[in-house]
Amino acid sequence: MSNGLINWFRYGSPQSFYPLAGRMVPWFAALAALSGAAGLWIAFFVAPTDAQQGEAYRIIFVHVPASWLSMFLYVIMAGWAGLGLALNTRLSAMMAHAIAPTGAMFAFLSLWSGALWGRPTWGTYWVWDARLTSELVLFFLYLGYMALNAAIDDPRRADRASAVLALVGVVNVPIIYFSVKWWNTLHQGASVSLTRAPSMATTMLTGMLVMAIAFWMYSIAVALARVRSIMLEREAHTDWARELKETA
Amino acid sequence: MNWGSSAEFLAMGGYAFYVWGSYLAALACMTLEPLLLALRRKRALERLQAERTRHETAA
Repeated sequence: MSNGLINWFRYGSPQSFYPLAGRMVPWFAALAALSGAAGLWIAFFVAPTDAQQGEAYRIIFVHVPASWLSMFLYVIMAGWAGLGLALNTRLSAMMAHAIAPTGAMFAFLSLWSGALWGRPTWGTYWVWDARLTSELVLFFLYLGYMALNAAIDDPRRADRASAVLALVGVVNVPIIYFSVKWWNTLHQGASVSLTRAPSMATTMLTGMLVMAIAFWMYSIAVALARVRSIMLEREAHTDWARELKETA
Repeated sequence: MNWGSSAEFLAMGGYAFYVWGSYLAALACMTLEPLLLALRRKRALERLQAERTRHETAA
């Protein structure tokens, strides 16, 4: 068939996506390592000491990218889950499952680095402020999504139930993002905005963006590697899986 | 360059615990996750191998 759409649907099946994902993993891992090294170099050796916070502000290069990724990955996970719910494609649900643990890891890192930043700057590791609380809810949404998947034996039913949870939870993402505007919070406003000039030195901003790229590349590499394992686990009984040349 | 010596670098202007606590946690998570994934893949391939053997004996 010469329909341009068909090529995309071809990769919607596990047996054709499995080798493609395998070829992509090392490239994204290499990009993650390169941009991570560049980001760390900028974070520690190029970006100047902050006038107000001294060296403590350097936590920003972990904290902001981790927070961004925890939100982006949730939206992408919910997107795949929703696609799986609507089209009932096998790959969509597997992709959503593959993203969840990495998203949870970034939500944890966001909370952890935020606590370590809050202590020297605010005098406390934790406050029940809108930004912090909504990020904690995001972390629990990831855990709930994974727990729900693990709790239902029939994988197809688990896919549908967890997809509904993921989609309902999406409402939390704009709440996190706008929490610093909507409520009077201890947390500072957005570091980067599309509508106004950034409120920090260019090198600080560059370091943050490069680290965000590194975390992105890492996430893609890890999610693709995980989806391959999920495919093997779920499709071990199928001909294409048995005919793979790969062995443990 | 921000640092006069490696000791100064490690001290992070007195914020060593907070700064290194954040970076090391990130490093630990992003090392552990790929290791756990490699383990998961190994297990999946072992199960697949068992499935192959079962299929061949049945055939």
